Amino acid sequence: MTAVSDPSQLSDLVAEATDTRVNLDFESEGMTLNMGPQHPATHGTLRIVAKLDGEQVISAEPICGYMHRGYEKIVEVRSYPQINALINRIDWLGSFANEVPFILAAEKLMGVEAPPRAQWIRTILFEMSRVANISLFLGDFGLQLGGMTAGFYAFRDREHVLNMIESATGGRFHPNFDRIGGLKDDLPKGWIADSHVAMDKLLAFCDEMEDLLVGNEIFQSRTRGIGVIPADIALNYGLSGANLRASGVDWDLRRDGCPPGLVYDQADWKVWTHPDGDCFARTWVRLQETREAAKIVKQLLDTIPAGPVMAKVPRIIKVPEGEAYVATENPLGEMGYYIVSKGELVPFRVKIRSASFNNISIVPWVARGAYVPDLISILGSLYFILGDIDR
Amino acid sequence: MIPMLASFAPPYWLSTVIKVLVVGAVVPTTALILGVVFLFKIMSWMQSRLGPQEAGPRGLLQLLADGVKFIQKEDIAPNGADLWVFKAAPLVVLSSTLLLYVALPASAHLVVENLDVGVFYVLAISSLSVIGVLMAGWASANKYSLMGALRAAGQLIAYELPMVLAVMGVVIQAGTLSLNGIVFAQNGGAIFGWTGIGNPYILTQFIGFFIFIAAVQAELTQPPFDMPVAESEIVSGYQVEYTGFRFLIFFLAEFATAFVFAGIAAVMFLGGWAVPWLSANSDWYYVLGPAVLFAKVMLVSFIIFWVRFTYPRLREDQLQSFAWKFLIPLALVNIVATAILKVVF
Repeated sequence: MTAVSDPSQLSDLVAEATDTRVNLDFESEGMTLNMGPQHPATHGTLRIVAKLDGEQVISAEPICGYMHRGYEKIVEVRSYPQINALINRIDWLGSFANEVPFILAAEKLMGVEAPPRAQWIRTILFEMSRVANISLFLGDFGLQLGGMTAGFYAFRDREHVLNMIESATGGRFHPNFDRIGGLKDDLPKGWIADSHVAMDKLLAFCDEMEDLLVGNEIFQSRTRGIGVIPADIALNYGLSGANLRASGVDWDLRRDGCPPGLVYDQADWKVWTHPDGDCFARTWVRLQETREAAKIVKQLLDTIPAGPVMAKVPRIIKVPEGEAYVATENPLGEMGYYIVSKGELVPFRVKIRSASFNNISIVPWVARGAYVPDLISILGSLYFILGDIDR
Repeated sequence: MIPMLASFAPPYWLSTVIKVLVVGAVVPTTALILGVVFLFKIMSWMQSRLGPQEAGPRGLLQLLADGVKFIQKEDIAPNGADLWVFKAAPLVVLSSTLLLYVALPASAHLVVENLDVGVFYVLAISSLSVIGVLMAGWASANKYSLMGALRAAGQLIAYELPMVLAVMGVVIQAGTLSLNGIVFAQNGGAIFGWTGIGNPYILTQFIGFFIFIAAVQAELTQPPFDMPVAESEIVSGYQVEYTGFRFLIFFLAEFATAFVFAGIAAVMFLGGWAVPWLSANSDWYYVLGPAVLFAKVMLVSFIIFWVRFTYPRLREDQLQSFAWKFLIPLALVNIVATAILKVVF
């Protein structure tokens, strides 16, 4: 990193560095291209205002808020169990993972701890939602780059995980299964054996994706060296998750800051990083992460302890006065809830730190000088979910 | 019946009417066949899903239902569009397709016009569609359309050259520019004196075949060369403002062109309408020829669509460098090698 302490000076330096990537020899009037709010590459309603010179992007500005649902405000008038059902909808592809940091923060304030069996099952479902989320990313990124078949394979194989989540929780997309002090229910009969089979299928899916997409020469020529994010820039913009690890920063909250209540230390797994920081690195890291998640699930399935799944908590939950912040490594990156409680039925204030909002903040920096097709690669590989940006 | 067909010599006006009717009927039919068989059935088979199931037996009439739906739709032109050009553009694209069918022989006599310079004619007419695409992109008054049209123009021009050069090898080997002449040359040819299967040029011109298929893929704007209509980037490019039957015309033209290019590939590399053990002069080809050609077309189409469903999309500049730095030098080497071997043998 440069030894510049003044932030404005640093941003000038960054702007200068990016300017060298834009070819200004051939100046033209330029064109403003408005991508979205309805555009297939924006996964919903993100809007990108791109100023173009030919097909080269001079500047790209993401405009979010088209899907703002006001969660941070609405949870101020909802009780804690009700909030749990709401926040499932933030990152809708890995719903269970949204519940966990909130529940953990509430547990921290109340001073209760879930029994070991609940912690195990919580971690298993957390990783399963990661597999469901990222397996769809792999297919969807292929779809963004024009490889239609990968998308359908991803939808096909994600179904195995969703079936397991559904049979345990009753909800395919929005489980609402986590409770303060444990879980709603124990696992159904035969679930462990079935989950082993499902995880094996997902591991085979990862191999298939590596053959079909990640190993494909056209895919590599579309992603290698495109949208390079150096490690210091990634840290400055607050990137997290696979986007940060793809820039070579070895940081994973599951290993480096795992909150009590999740049992990642009970499994043998590895944090993958990639030194390149380009679109390919981000895809590759996610592919490896899916494999690791499936392995974590398989290991934890074999070591689930017996016992209750619910600790003793009062029937009507009142969280004592205080403040707590708990963040976990969600499929999209760091997700945290900062809960301020005044000791009532409802929280006084909840701040939701979602990963995608920070992850897309780097788009103006990384899209400068890219071509329009590369903009699609960059957006696709940063992997945001609109609900996670707008909340 | 076959001798009757062989001796059928209608007057000029009647033969012209028949030809117009045949081309007018064949173009939508072939587009329908390719659409149903490949876009619906083979594609869903490759992607492990069912595809359309409801309309007609096993969903085979789905495309027909879609066509009816398109015709019922309102004819919308965007504000600020150059109306006249906007409306004419699909017809220009379709006319290029119709004219291509004129030269495709289904047997020695079952051809609309047996041109002596058939290869030349086909390659020239196929570039006509660029004009229609450019018209569509410009007249739509839409930035995505314009970008798509410019990409299409650059791409189609870049891929004319490798296509022409790929075909040159066949022309040198056959010694004729006539498509029927090429079929006769393959049917009557010999591999080192062995006349068992004639001499289908795919055996000697496999490089030419590969280049031709790659160029056809680019000409049809199909993945991995589908940047002009890239859905996830520029939302279908020059077609984005078209609805209803005007979009249907683009669709028909695309699939009918895929069929006719597969037919030309079959004629030039796979022996066309002839089968090896039956002399090309036989009268049997009045009924056998179209069937044989159709089978070969489906084979070539399968390759084209297989690639389409499998590969991701290249970037426009990567496509250009692939054409200029790889395909064209390869095609030139192929021509030189063919010419030398032609003199030697």
